[in-house]
Amino acid sequence: MSYLKTLTCALLAGMALGGFAASAGAGEYDGVTINILTRPGPVIAGRLAERGKEFEAATGAKVVVSEVPFAEIFQKIQTDWTTGTNSIDMGVFAAGWGVELAAAGLLEDLDPYVAKDAKLDINDIAPYFREFGQKIGGKTMMLMVDGDFQMVYYRTDVLKDAGLEPPKTWEEYVDVASKLNGKDMNGDGVADYGSCAFKKRNAQSYFAIQTVAAPFVQTKGTSQGFHFDNATMKPIVNNEAWKKAFELYKETGKYGPPEELNMDIGDIRALFKAGRCALVIDWGDPGPLQIEPDAAAINGKLYALAAVGTKEVLDRDTGKLVPVTKENAPYAIDGINYAPFAAFGGWAGAINAKADPKKKQAAYDFLSYMNQAAQSNVDVTLGWTGYNPYRLSQLSNIEPWVKAGFSKELAENYLGAINGALNNPNMASDFKIPGAQSYSGVVLDRELARYLAGEITVDEALANIEAGWEEITEDFGRDNQIKAQGLALGTGN
Amino acid sequence: MSTASEIDGRPGYVPAGSSQSESWGEWIDRHSRTYFIAPAVVLILLFAIFPTFYSIVFALSRVKFTPSGLTFRFVWFQNFVKQFTGTEQAHFLGKLTGMSAAGWVFGLAVAAVTLWWLIRSIRKTTWVGMIGRTISAAAAIGIALLLGATLLSLNPWGTMLTTLFYVVVGCIIQFIIGTGLAFLCSQPITGKSFFRVIFFIPLMITPLGVGYAFKMIFDITKGPFQPFWEFIGLRDWAWSADVWAARWFVVLGDSWQWIPFIFICMLAALENVPKDHVEAAQVDGASSIQIFREIIWPQIVPVAVTVILIRMIEAFKIVDLPNIMTGGGPGIATESMSLHSFYLWRANDYGQSAAVAYLLLILTVVVCASFFNYVVYNQFRKARA
Repeated sequence: MSYLKTLTCALLAGMALGGFAASAGAGEYDGVTINILTRPGPVIAGRLAERGKEFEAATGAKVVVSEVPFAEIFQKIQTDWTTGTNSIDMGVFAAGWGVELAAAGLLEDLDPYVAKDAKLDINDIAPYFREFGQKIGGKTMMLMVDGDFQMVYYRTDVLKDAGLEPPKTWEEYVDVASKLNGKDMNGDGVADYGSCAFKKRNAQSYFAIQTVAAPFVQTKGTSQGFHFDNATMKPIVNNEAWKKAFELYKETGKYGPPEELNMDIGDIRALFKAGRCALVIDWGDPGPLQIEPDAAAINGKLYALAAVGTKEVLDRDTGKLVPVTKENAPYAIDGINYAPFAAFGGWAGAINAKADPKKKQAAYDFLSYMNQAAQSNVDVTLGWTGYNPYRLSQLSNIEPWVKAGFSKELAENYLGAINGALNNPNMASDFKIPGAQSYSGVVLDRELARYLAGEITVDEALANIEAGWEEITEDFGRDNQIKAQGLALGTGN
Repeated sequence: MSTASEIDGRPGYVPAGSSQSESWGEWIDRHSRTYFIAPAVVLILLFAIFPTFYSIVFALSRVKFTPSGLTFRFVWFQNFVKQFTGTEQAHFLGKLTGMSAAGWVFGLAVAAVTLWWLIRSIRKTTWVGMIGRTISAAAAIGIALLLGATLLSLNPWGTMLTTLFYVVVGCIIQFIIGTGLAFLCSQPITGKSFFRVIFFIPLMITPLGVGYAFKMIFDITKGPFQPFWEFIGLRDWAWSADVWAARWFVVLGDSWQWIPFIFICMLAALENVPKDHVEAAQVDGASSIQIFREIIWPQIVPVAVTVILIRMIEAFKIVDLPNIMTGGGPGIATESMSLHSFYLWRANDYGQSAAVAYLLLILTVVVCASFFNYVVYNQFRKARA
């Protein structure tokens, strides 16, 4: 008996040391290679590669992570899977992009895998990500490795010194930015910036504008949406609400770095880590990024706001802005309507339906391994991974965060902000219909960039977006899009 | 290998008792030349002609991704028409509303001059020549009206005029500086070989590398010229956020890379000018300017116009520099037609991407063929005379 006990203990210890908790057994996938395509590392891709090595040691499956520029991920995967090339077994991309691939029958239904997976603990995944992020048409087609919301961050020390309160509305955001712009915020004697937002074209600017626009347009819960009239798929973009959002977004540029129009997320993160920004619009990453060694200037000083709202909202009948009331904005708090924007929806893994069955199982096991609390609860506390929390256990327990280097106050603020956004019934969903990438990443992005550059007026930009969105809707078929929009927002509530 | 026919001297003759294999060999001998070049022809067909024709299918279709692969819905010229009148008009041509009086005057003046030139050509040009001249004239009038509606009406440009800006302005700058440097290096100065190598190096660098280098060099907050920008009071000014400055900086990067090409070609041309012609002029007391204008320039002008033509063809394809330096921004200010096509392709809009690529091909052919016919060819004719 003691021999058996020793053997059992040794086996368990070996598994624990290897960090492997997936259902797969050692050597089960010898000779299997899982080809994954995602964005360039170290963000997202880096941790996939590292965990891939652990997975290979435990199961024998070789994990190869290929990287392409952000703007090319979706197209590469779609081309590879539709043309029968099938060189990619698993794509890791925005949860919202999956719907177009699923509509073309390219994604493996993961429900049967999930049903047999005892380690996943799917109910620990926050409801929004479990039901909206991972599911398409009621079926689990993806597994999250990251949870995404755009939030506003503010420098507690800088605002306190100036006697200012964190902004509650976008007008206040601009006001605070204007008052802080030009102050030295990192002690290097150089004037710093009131607001930092990534405004480069073909980058992430089109997410930030939606973060600003959402509270102006969406007032009656997630299922209302803020891009289209869900019954007709007519765009609700050419109105005073989006106009106001465009104008405010452009105005933040007055108090930002001079090259902001040519700055993407990497440039902005370098700036705020150097202590040069009083207010920042970003995903969840600045929380853990500020505790990294190269962010000493802001360590523990960059606090998050779940959302910034507005006191005026869109009257959809007239297209005008009207003051917030209990009737037109039932979820408003103290007369301010908030609509935290689930920009991008989080990075999620999806498996090629046409891959070899053994590869599919191996790919699922790896995805499950990434997603399981044992791994992800560590990964989300590391800023460089690009992974933000999406499991309830990550959001309810500050211990792992404190262990990672957060102060207790910072961890409480950070998790509180994310929880606040996740629990908000008026949370705004990203595009999750066929053509999602074209609606936002092409048309919205281009016209916003032209407006920011002063090439066209805000009215022209909004009219062009309306026409461009209509064209995409017609191209995919209006009835199909109405159905897809219903599915997307119906499950998001 | 000698064949039965050659031995006998009568084509097709098969001597008595010769086997079937001998006549087969003879047949192969007769056709061997065709078969030897066949692989090359097939390769050219596969790699050059087939993609060209296949892309026409894309340009005339809406392409969709389905589980069974790509599906094509034939839409005739919709992808092309969209660039001129549809939702893509502002992107491709620019904003055309509200044309100013100056714009109309300029556009109509160019149109009048061009039509006068076309009418005058009727008597001295062949029918084929007239077709070419009519196409050139139509392109000139179109571009003039477009310039009137955008540049002279303070409206933003589309990608077509941005491409022409890179071609025209870039080629002029590169030609003047490249020829100037070549002229200097053709003089008896010390360190001539060193300068030749130095001036030639940028051409060896990949355009992507040039793009990144220039993006970093001209970064006003972190780049090496940051103290300079601050000194001249431009600390808060960003070239990448200014429509015209961004275009000029792209031209700057492009010129840095391509001046060496002009330099090396013009240097070769200058060194081919017979020294005795120059010495004779010097003996006659001609000044340096006179020698250049009257002796050297007429002899190098055929090379000069050919170099400009080659550079123009290359300049129409500019894509790397604006993509890296500005991402086509601010707005669409630095987006060339190649980049426009690339962005459409990246968005999986293969139909429109192919249409823009064909429009670029047409523009390149019309502009370059016009330049060849009315400038290059004339210079060669003069040189021969």
